Order: sequence, then structure tokens, then C-alpha cells
Amino acid sequence: MKILVGYKRVVDYNVRIQVKPDGSGVITDGVKLSANPFDDIALEEALRIRDKGLATEVVVVTMGPADCQAHIRNGLAMGANRAIHVVTDAAIQPLTAARAFLKLIEKEQPGLVLMGKQAIDDDANQTGQMLATLWGRPQATFAGAIAITGNSAQVTREVDAGLEILDIDLPAVVTVDLRLNEPRFIKLPDIMKAKSKPLETIAFADLGVESADFLETAHYAPPAKRSKGVMVKDVAELVAALKNKGLV
Amino acid sequence: MSRVLIIAEHLNGQLNGATARCVSCATALNADAIDVLVLSDAGQAVAAQAAQISGVSKVLVADNAANAHAIAQVLAPQIAQAAAGYSHIFGASTTFGKDVMPCVAALLGVSQISDVMSVESSHSFKRPIYAGNAIITVNTPADKPVVATVRTASWPAAGNGGSASMESLSLSAALPVHTRFVSLQQGKSDRPDLQSAAKVVSGGRALGSAENFAIVYSLADKLGAAVGASRAAVDAGYVPNELQVGQTGKIISPELYIAAGISGAIQHLTGIKDAGTIVAINKDGEAPIFEVADFGLVGDLFQILPELEKAL
Repeated sequence: MKILVGYKRVVDYNVRIQVKPDGSGVITDGVKLSANPFDDIALEEALRIRDKGLATEVVVVTMGPADCQAHIRNGLAMGANRAIHVVTDAAIQPLTAARAFLKLIEKEQPGLVLMGKQAIDDDANQTGQMLATLWGRPQATFAGAIAITGNSAQVTREVDAGLEILDIDLPAVVTVDLRLNEPRFIKLPDIMKAKSKPLETIAFADLGVESADFLETAHYAPPAKRSKGVMVKDVAELVAALKNKGLV
Repeated sequence: MSRVLIIAEHLNGQLNGATARCVSCATALNADAIDVLVLSDAGQAVAAQAAQISGVSKVLVADNAANAHAIAQVLAPQIAQAAAGYSHIFGASTTFGKDVMPCVAALLGVSQISDVMSVESSHSFKRPIYAGNAIITVNTPADKPVVATVRTASWPAAGNGGSASMESLSLSAALPVHTRFVSLQQGKSDRPDLQSAAKVVSGGRALGSAENFAIVYSLADKLGAAVGASRAAVDAGYVPNELQVGQTGKIISPELYIAAGISGAIQHLTGIKDAGTIVAINKDGEAPIFEVADFGLVGDLFQILPELEKAL
């Protein structure tokens, strides 16, 4: 079985995002870029499944500009067998991304597609679900545990009510949540090894995907700020303040 | 002229309060019709609850044995079929809505607008990106359906007092059989639901153990509050996952939020910034949680929480 992993590059989660004063976007010049943390978890899970002998190959997929290559090499250094880079300068929207993934699936015929439940830049949380829909295959979102047996998988999902277990036929799309695993650190020799692993680049236009980028972002604004409150010196003062507001 | 279809969220015959928040959002569109779709194996009881929400025009009930559990790939084709004639299809930004609504959007050939915070016009909405560190205004084309999830913390629940008509709906969409529900393990609790509670007490890593969390539960019970937690506390195994508040957990808007031993990572603050009053209790006076707290108290939570409980 082959596993395809969605591996998006985003602004690092430690960066304090600033909106441009003219509202035309957020400042990304010179900020640190990293793998979407959820996608790192997806890749780690794929590697563990492979290393248990349940899959033969892990392929990382990135869609983004030409300078994503260093990011993709990180995915290979983590342990993926090979990589596909769909090159595009456009910020493609979820449905377009799902359509592009479907083209890759038709070519690669994976038994499992793993990706993060959301990317921490646009926080859309859509692509995996859309891909499963277009592919006509099962989806299990927000995975906290994945157990593969033969042609099916039991996935434990972290849902608002608690933990839900679904039994799904493979192939399927699984989107992963935070507690699935802890991604490994990349070691220096692996970075060297990654340089010789196969990396295929495909121009987005060559995939023959019909764009569905209908959403237009008209304006960016910083969030409304909460004003800083007061420090109280002890519990009595806190209780008085809360009583004063009618909260207790 | 907007016609809105809201997908009801329900479990064990109870309508989830998030649905009434979606109705509030739909009301902001000045819609001509706000209909609620109940997909269930036996949806009458849920439909009757939805019919009481003020502002709802009609409740559609699609009963099907396949809908006994909310499986996204089973529900989505039915929703897409029922969506004909509607300009907007809304679901709550809960794990249910996040799971199913993108499937509906894909079937209708559009990307979804996730986490709608405000309605600017029938085809213009505000939503957060980068964990709420930027708010974008998104315009959508008028000639395509709008599929959106509603950020529940941004919208009050529409009141009761309505008496919408109920209609059963027969949907012929072909349904897949590739996904089987196995189980749902729910934390049993008599406490208020975290997502909709008026008061919430949350604990963080500083609690140090699952046993120590007892002082958080105890204070919450005195206040009639729900219990929440930071990601660090959930990752450490002190409390189950469904208590996590923040960017990837629950986004909440209680009247009173008490954060005990939570430093206030940006991802946590995202989940609470719509709270009415935030109280922070932390031994580190420099903790970022104090930047957003209305009332801050520096000290040892193991002393302060019991003392607070006694003083109430």
C-alpha cells in the first residue's frame, strides 16, 4: 500500500502575525516558514504505518511556489520515500487543492491519504473532506488514533462529544489531530540522504485542474483587542469585583 | 433574496444549541426563508425543538436508517440534494459541521467559508485566519451557493418562541456504505456543556496531575460552571480531549471565564477572546493571559481556588 501525505508549507506557528497597515494582507516577508504542524503529524503517522510493514511507500505532496523545495526536502529527511511538488504561485483555495490532489490520486493509486485537519494559516479545515467527497471514498477527520487491518481502518476521532470510532474501507482520507503522535526530529544524516531521494515537480497548469477559486479576500484587519483589565490583590477583592458585575 | 438552509446538529434526540446560533447568523442576512434540515433515523423530536427557534420558517425532516449516526459522507449527498433552491447552506463550526459542510461545498462546486464571525452583506462575510490574528472580509460570487460554517462564539443563540411548520422530506441521493459507526465514548457529566455554558473554569498544565484537577471541578460545581482545559493539560492526560479550549479545541464565549494555571498561549486565547469577563489566576505575573484578563490575581492556584470556592 502506498500512502500519500499532504504536506503544506505555512508561516511558522511561533510567528506573531501582523496585518499590513493598508489591509492588503499579512506581513510574510522574512518570516519563518515551516511545515503545517498537523501535516508533520500526518507524515509521522504515515512513516509509522510503513515501518510497521503495513505500507510500502510514503509520498509527500506539497502545493506551492518554487521555493518550497527546502520544505519538501524536510519531508524527505523525515523519512518519506519520495515527493511530489505541484508548483503554483497562486494561493489555491480548498476545492481547487482537493481537485489537484484527486489528479495525483488517479496517477498514484494510494491506499491511504493522510493530511492535517487544518492548515494553521487559513484555518479552513476543508481540503481532506473535499478530497474524500470528490474521490467517492470514506473520510475520518480529526484522528487521534488509526489502526489498519487488511482493507479497512478503525479511526478514533476527537469530536466535541468525546471520542468516536469509525470503521472505514480503504482507500480513504484521514485528517489528523494533535494528539495522534509526536513527530520525530530530523537528524543531519537524514538531511544528506534526502538530497538524493526522488522529487517530482509538476506545474499546476499541467494537472488539468479546473480552478474553483471563487472566494475573494477583500480586506485584512487585526482582531479587536481586549483592553487590559486590573490586577486584584487577593481573593476577597476578586469576589467583590465579580459580585459587582453580577457574575457570582 | 436569500434563502438559508441550516443543517441541524443533534445527538441522542437532543438538538445542539449551536443550531440556534446558526439561526442568529442567518437572521443577519435578512433572509426570506430560514429552514432547518434534520437528518436522522427518527428526527421528529429534534425537529420539534428546531421548530421552536425564533426566526425559523420551516423544519425539514429527512428520516433514513442510514442517518442513525452522523457520518459525513452519508449526510453530504442528502444535504446537497436538499440544498436545491437555497442561496446559503449553513452549519455550525463544531466538529460535526467542520466534518460535513466541506463535503457539501465540494458537491456544490464551491469552497466553504469557514467560521463566519459577521455578515457584511448576503455575499460578504468576516472570518478569522492565523488563529484569529487576522480577520478577513471574504466576498463570494452571487451566482453560486454560499456554503459556510458559523463560528458559534460570535453569535448568540436565537431565542425560543417560534412555531415553524414541519415537513418530511424524501431524499433519493445514493448513499455510500464504506463507513461504519463503531462507538461514541462520551464523558459522563452532570455539569453544563462547555460549548454553551455561561460560566467556565479552566485549568492548565500548572495543575500538575489528573487528581489535582479536582479543585477545578470543585470550584466549577460551586459556580454551576462547565470545566475546560488548555491543550497542555489535555496533552498531559489530566482531562479528556473534549475539554480543550482554543484554536484546535472549542471556541467559547461564556459570560465568565476563569483560567487557573494557564499561561495563555495565543492558540488558547483564540478560544476565549469572546468571553464576557476573563479572570486569570497564575503564579507568574508576566504570563500572557494577564494581557487579556479583566481581573488578574497572581498567586498559587492551590491556595486561591479553594479560598475562592469558600468565599462564593
